[in-house]
Amino acid sequence: MQIAVIQFPGSNADWDALHAARDVLGADARYVFHKETDLGSPDAVLVPGGFSYGDYLRPGAIAGYSPIVPALRAFAKKGGPILGICNGFQILTELGLLPGALTRNQHLRFECRMVHLRGEAEGAFTHGLAGQVIRVPIAHADGRYQCDAETLKALEGEGRVAFRYCDAQGNVPASPDEVDAEGLRLNPNGSLAHIAGIYDASGRVLGMMPHPERASEALLGSADGFTLFQSLAQHLETAR
Amino acid sequence: MSASPVALPGEPAATEALAKEFGLSADEYAHALEVLGRTPTYAELGVISVMWSEHCSYKSSRVHLARLPTEGPKVVQGPGENAGAVDIGDGFCAVFKMESHNHPSYIEPYQGAATGVGGILRDVFTMGARPIASLNSLRFGRPDHPKTPHLLKGVVAGIGGYGNCIGVPTVGGEVQFDPSYDGNILVNAFTVGIAKSEELFFGTASGVGNPVIYVGARTGRDGIHGATMASAEFGEETESKLPTVQVGDPFMEKLLLEACLEIFASDCLEGVQDMGAAGLTSSSVEMASRAGTGLELDLDAIPRRTKALSPYEMLLSESQERMLMVAKAGREQEVFDACAKWDLEAAVVGHVTDTGRFVCKATPGYDPMVDPPEKAAPEVVVDLPIGLLADDAPKYDRPQKAPGVRTMTTQEMTSVSVGGASSQVDVGAELRALIGAPNVGSKRWIWRQYDHVVRDGTVVGPGEGDAAVVRAFCEEADGSILEKFLAVSVDCNGRHVFLDPLQGGAMAVAECARNIVCVGGEPLGLTDCLNFGNPEVPETMWAFAQAIDGLASACRALGVPVVSGNVSLYNETDGKPILPTPTVAIVGQLRSAEDRLGLAFDPAGAEAGHVIAHLGVPSRGALGGSEWLFAKQGRVSGEPVGIDLDAEVALQKAVLTLARGHLLASAHDVSEGGLAVCLAESCLTKGVGAQVRMPQTGGELPPEAYLFAEEPSRIVVSFAPAHKDAVRKVCEEHGVPFEVLGVVGGDALDIDGVCSVPVAELEAAHRTALDAIVGDDA
Repeated sequence: MQIAVIQFPGSNADWDALHAARDVLGADARYVFHKETDLGSPDAVLVPGGFSYGDYLRPGAIAGYSPIVPALRAFAKKGGPILGICNGFQILTELGLLPGALTRNQHLRFECRMVHLRGEAEGAFTHGLAGQVIRVPIAHADGRYQCDAETLKALEGEGRVAFRYCDAQGNVPASPDEVDAEGLRLNPNGSLAHIAGIYDASGRVLGMMPHPERASEALLGSADGFTLFQSLAQHLETAR
Repeated sequence: MSASPVALPGEPAATEALAKEFGLSADEYAHALEVLGRTPTYAELGVISVMWSEHCSYKSSRVHLARLPTEGPKVVQGPGENAGAVDIGDGFCAVFKMESHNHPSYIEPYQGAATGVGGILRDVFTMGARPIASLNSLRFGRPDHPKTPHLLKGVVAGIGGYGNCIGVPTVGGEVQFDPSYDGNILVNAFTVGIAKSEELFFGTASGVGNPVIYVGARTGRDGIHGATMASAEFGEETESKLPTVQVGDPFMEKLLLEACLEIFASDCLEGVQDMGAAGLTSSSVEMASRAGTGLELDLDAIPRRTKALSPYEMLLSESQERMLMVAKAGREQEVFDACAKWDLEAAVVGHVTDTGRFVCKATPGYDPMVDPPEKAAPEVVVDLPIGLLADDAPKYDRPQKAPGVRTMTTQEMTSVSVGGASSQVDVGAELRALIGAPNVGSKRWIWRQYDHVVRDGTVVGPGEGDAAVVRAFCEEADGSILEKFLAVSVDCNGRHVFLDPLQGGAMAVAECARNIVCVGGEPLGLTDCLNFGNPEVPETMWAFAQAIDGLASACRALGVPVVSGNVSLYNETDGKPILPTPTVAIVGQLRSAEDRLGLAFDPAGAEAGHVIAHLGVPSRGALGGSEWLFAKQGRVSGEPVGIDLDAEVALQKAVLTLARGHLLASAHDVSEGGLAVCLAESCLTKGVGAQVRMPQTGGELPPEAYLFAEEPSRIVVSFAPAHKDAVRKVCEEHGVPFEVLGVVGGDALDIDGVCSVPVAELEAAHRTALDAIVGDDA
């Protein structure tokens, strides 16, 4: 299994993605620099977190002009699985591979902490996760998912909401301000409909603000995020 | 003596009055004239004044710093380079340093703090190390000072803004609020990185004829005379110093980091140094000084972002994200190629000479942003001996004077504070107030704004242990990865240093090392950031010298050498100094991740009957310097509590043995807030209660004295009942007093006969401790 991790200038969770894919999952994972025009022949692509181009202009906006982008679009078009994490999610929305946008967190601060997510959609990265609760970290300043009513309707109607912020039991917040026992908002950034991650129409391109690659070993406090990598392996096995 | 460099049109002549404005004393200026044998040019005077500033020359501190122990079997690189390094096995080393950015952070908190982080990161990766974790130590004025919210919010956003973007996790730190910092906050930033010991890079300009290459951001006018500003007290005109603060660009620094590590790996460099304080001047002079060479720069070639920059401005600018490299002759292209890959500018701006002089050429009136290149006809504008600027810079053994006695006995303290009989004190209420005080309560509002999990290495994060534990991925030549586990902590309590700088200095080191062993690590090396007031005030100089001796004694006793550090003086406003704050950070190592310990009692331990024990010297009830006493009296007071370093060493050895033997479920040292707060924190972190009794004591003071005293050399541990004899035995073998206090369980912290406080109440007070300053943090 070959996995490409794209490195934009300012990507900083590239190592996290490579480590999870290569050292934990055991895939043949390697970096692809953004100035390349060829992805090679990967089975899946990870677009990692960070601050591509310093997040200047808008998070993810300038990455869309990198030389590697046409190859990434082509990979998506032919049905290749792509996971965009954090800044990677922002980039995928800027590219139009995923709908909507990520805006500044509601409380206007960078937020880094553990959150609970409820899996909702079946897809390349979430086999068997529907109805399950995973605990993974977030680390972002611009993670508030927004889209127009029509898009939201499509996302909900087509079962493309991959993850929603929830409590430890899997209950989504009754109100945007609902807090957990420690006084922290269940929905950490004010995302519309508590959305933490979405699929494209094919169910093979996933974007999410939380970091499953940073919760793929018990040593790091949670291995829940590893289920996404296992799902990918299973998806590729089935597709073969 | 040398020929006088050409003066530039419109620049003032150097005079004693101008020198004074630049921060030089009359004697210093006279000395410069004598050595030079002529009047310096305006640019030269600028160069001399920044190199002789306290910030760059350490002129008041050098004679004292020499007393710190800097050697040990694990030391790979001691003080004098951009950062220090200690061996972590298999040919790898941990490279680390701490630096202050106090003055700029008070003037402009976001950029001041951000560029502090940027500067310390550069110090570490300049050595060839990839940064893996950062810490910070912050001091603000009293919580209700009108400026505190603005300063706290700005500093935290600045640290996060820089560290989060570059992708180095901020895994811990410490914060204290005290009125002494009302007009002079402290921002000390620490970074540790990983390198191969044989592949470290140094700031040396060796090899006559080798090209000097400028890499990174273009030069602007920001931060001119920043080092001089950082070497003076604040007064009414402080706000007008805004242009001396630098502006950071963490994205540029991320590119610089990646490009530098690639360039280093190609082995085409002789030396490298970042342009930090005093910018191009200090990086050039220090590199030439270390190599015993000279340097000639062509200032016309300096990349710039603004028109009409004068030599003076280019030499003194502290624009951020810039590196000065000395390449091996003929291998410049490898530097240019790596820079092109990362979209960075690079330019050859000079070469190494054997003259022992710092020579700069520039074309008077020429501006490469406007004029065609053929107009350039550079002439010498600066020609100064390297020695004058570096090793022969002024050095002072300033007068010292011990202040008058300011102690009261604990008996007096308690009677003053509680107004009579001890039965009037509701210890439970006092504990709730204390655990909810900004100095003691949760700092989560701060560390939630720091990415503390990037790089997949944070094993014990903020709030989970007495120190942070990070996994270092050490890459071998064949691409295979060794995982190593480092513990890092930063500590100082200026109140204890104020009461007794000798003992207080030793306590800072002891506490920091104790925090390392409490997470299962062995302390390897230390870096310091010595924040004091005006060294020309004899009482301040005395406290500085005493604190150095305290640091040195504890470092020797604990076997922890000092490998790098920084001094920040003149931390006072309108003649009011800060508490003496010799902040220390220690890097330790765990033998394996399995040795790690957190501070929390294990909720599963309630059913298992986990035992709680107090290890170390029993309390004498000495409340001096404690947070509780401060809360009662509104000032730092009491007898200094002192420290028995032999007892401390024994305790730390015992706890490290226990951690390595996997005999403990938790370990937490007694520090701010005393034993009661220590127990409360272990309870509330994972939400489980404890039933304990008052520890045995030698005296008959009221319980609050024993529960809130901050005497050092004590650790509260919990463990499975089956391990009780083994734990006791290890303590006995090390001569460490061992006393069982009680058991984990229930939903309250129940101190027999004294108080019983529901854990939920403690947790709520703890987590909202900063709300009064920053608002609701949900």
